[in-house]
Amino acid sequence: MSAKTSSAETSAETTMSDRKAAALAAFKDLARDPGVPKPDPILVVDGVTRRFGGLTAVEVAHVEIQRGSITALIGPNGAGKTTFFNQLTGFDTADAGKWTFNGQSMSGVPAHRVARAGMVRTFQLTKALSRLTVLENMRLGAQQQRGENFWRALVPSAWRAQEDAITEQAEELLARFKLDAKREDFAGSLSGGQRKLLEMARALMVKPELVMLDEPMAGVNPALTQSLLGHVKDLRDQGMTVLFVEHDMDMVRDISDWVIVMAQGAIIAEGPPDTIMSDARVIDAYLGAHHDAPLSESELEEQLHQAEAALEAEIEEETQK
Amino acid sequence: MDWITIISTTVKSAIGVETVLYALAAIGINIHFGYTGLLNFGQAAFMGVAGYGLAVTVTVLGLPFWVGIGVGLAAAVLLALLLGAPTLRLRADYLAIVTIAAAEIVRLVFRSVQFRDVFGGSDGQRGFSDGFYALNPFPEGEYGIGWFSFNHRLLWIMLVGWVLVALSCGIVYLLMRSPWGRVLKAIREDEDAVRSLGKNVFSYKMQSLILGGVIGSLGGFIYGLAYASVQPDVFGTETTFFAYTIVILGGAARVLGPVVGSMIFWVLLVLVNGVLSEAVQAGYIPFMTSIQVGPVRYILVGLGLILLLIFRPQGIFGDKREIAFDVR
Repeated sequence: MSAKTSSAETSAETTMSDRKAAALAAFKDLARDPGVPKPDPILVVDGVTRRFGGLTAVEVAHVEIQRGSITALIGPNGAGKTTFFNQLTGFDTADAGKWTFNGQSMSGVPAHRVARAGMVRTFQLTKALSRLTVLENMRLGAQQQRGENFWRALVPSAWRAQEDAITEQAEELLARFKLDAKREDFAGSLSGGQRKLLEMARALMVKPELVMLDEPMAGVNPALTQSLLGHVKDLRDQGMTVLFVEHDMDMVRDISDWVIVMAQGAIIAEGPPDTIMSDARVIDAYLGAHHDAPLSESELEEQLHQAEAALEAEIEEETQK
Repeated sequence: MDWITIISTTVKSAIGVETVLYALAAIGINIHFGYTGLLNFGQAAFMGVAGYGLAVTVTVLGLPFWVGIGVGLAAAVLLALLLGAPTLRLRADYLAIVTIAAAEIVRLVFRSVQFRDVFGGSDGQRGFSDGFYALNPFPEGEYGIGWFSFNHRLLWIMLVGWVLVALSCGIVYLLMRSPWGRVLKAIREDEDAVRSLGKNVFSYKMQSLILGGVIGSLGGFIYGLAYASVQPDVFGTETTFFAYTIVILGGAARVLGPVVGSMIFWVLLVLVNGVLSEAVQAGYIPFMTSIQVGPVRYILVGLGLILLLIFRPQGIFGDKREIAFDVR
């Protein structure tokens, strides 16, 4: 028995490194241009636009997400990352654009159908279902439940067997995410980090092909961060594709195979995580185009005048009191 | 003071017609508000269209009793579809606005002069309950021991009413332990999360609205049959708010909460009313007239409910842990 487990573990480990290697190999010779075609894209986005009045929040010309990889979507605050996520998953309607998931058109498809197709997201502000127990949260994620039909729900024997199978699957996942001790607790009583774990585990109950995580690390204490990182890597090692939004660059560098950078609604650069932050376009987007250019003499003069004027105004205000 | 009368009316009110019909209305509200988080403030309209559906079918169209029941139920389902279709995709508040307005529209149409021939204006309709009492298995007479007795008509309607309450509770019990009920409760917590897990939230909210509306409409039938008449003003907004009070009193999202809530609500109202009016008549409360007893009993019961919300916010059956995480 123990020999069997250990051999299973080693084989699991080899597939792990295989998957990582495969993902990296796929990205090896790609150009660093925004919208570069990938060898085997699971998600292909074309011309997605979303405007709020006069503000164009999202304007993505073309982007592809490689199957079986972990792709990070980064960008300064207000770059439109979450809005873009909302368009793709059907939580908001795009003004224009097409996108396909596994070759199937997903534009204008309502959110629940997007999830059923295998594209499941989590939220920036964690949405644990507070007054349901942890186990009920998990069970809810399972698809094709017979007992979710009104008439069959009235006949417990029609769904009991499936419910048991779902429970077993849920408990396996809870054990993996170390939430099994909390199974009967209300989800509202969990800590912020545990809620993030629960939300991710619940998304896995859907058996997705593409997992979209919106800031999985926001508000998680450092002790849990490592375990969350491990779980995200696990997703790829089990053959899923991960697309995530994150601000923490250490995390992006640690787990992602490819990085896409958004700024002001558009995709401005793509590249591998170790070099992307030295890309001139990315530095410009985060810090401004002229952040390291020396100031000219007239500009210095101008600044000095402004400072003096402000000081004088302040003194005047003081004396008037 | 006549304590026998006070006690007998109070005890009888615990299982009386009023308790039954408000229990049914409250079971419906509990499905909407307690389990799904839908703010339906138009429950009175569901009761109204059912009561009037039955009354108009029998008296105006001259069709049999069972057809009337069918029309009433269909009217309740139709009302749910009409109210839900435009509002259930929007935020929760919109359903509240639309349902309270729709309930008033329904009541005003029933009492309008324009449709006097059909709905009978503010006098309402009567004379449609014969088909129901023809089915009465109890021979004419009084049933019970001493003062705890009911006539054959009252016994029949109470029996039917309590069977309907039991059936409704059974259905709620079965549904809320099933995956279907789990989706409803999850929608109450956060509908976007439920959507992200592949459930058609709109469809579930609609099913909930229809189910709760239909169960509430049973209360409308009970009213019409017990009093052998329907009047528009019985189905006013205060009926809906009584039902809400009952749900909160009994404990929201609990199967038996609305039933126990309704019993306590009516026992309290009848008891306070009995004691006050007897005391006024006997001259124990010199500063009050017997006309003032009606409003004062509502003030006292209202006070009691406020105290309940302060000291036991989860209601009689509620789980305190469950209401502790109100994240909104």
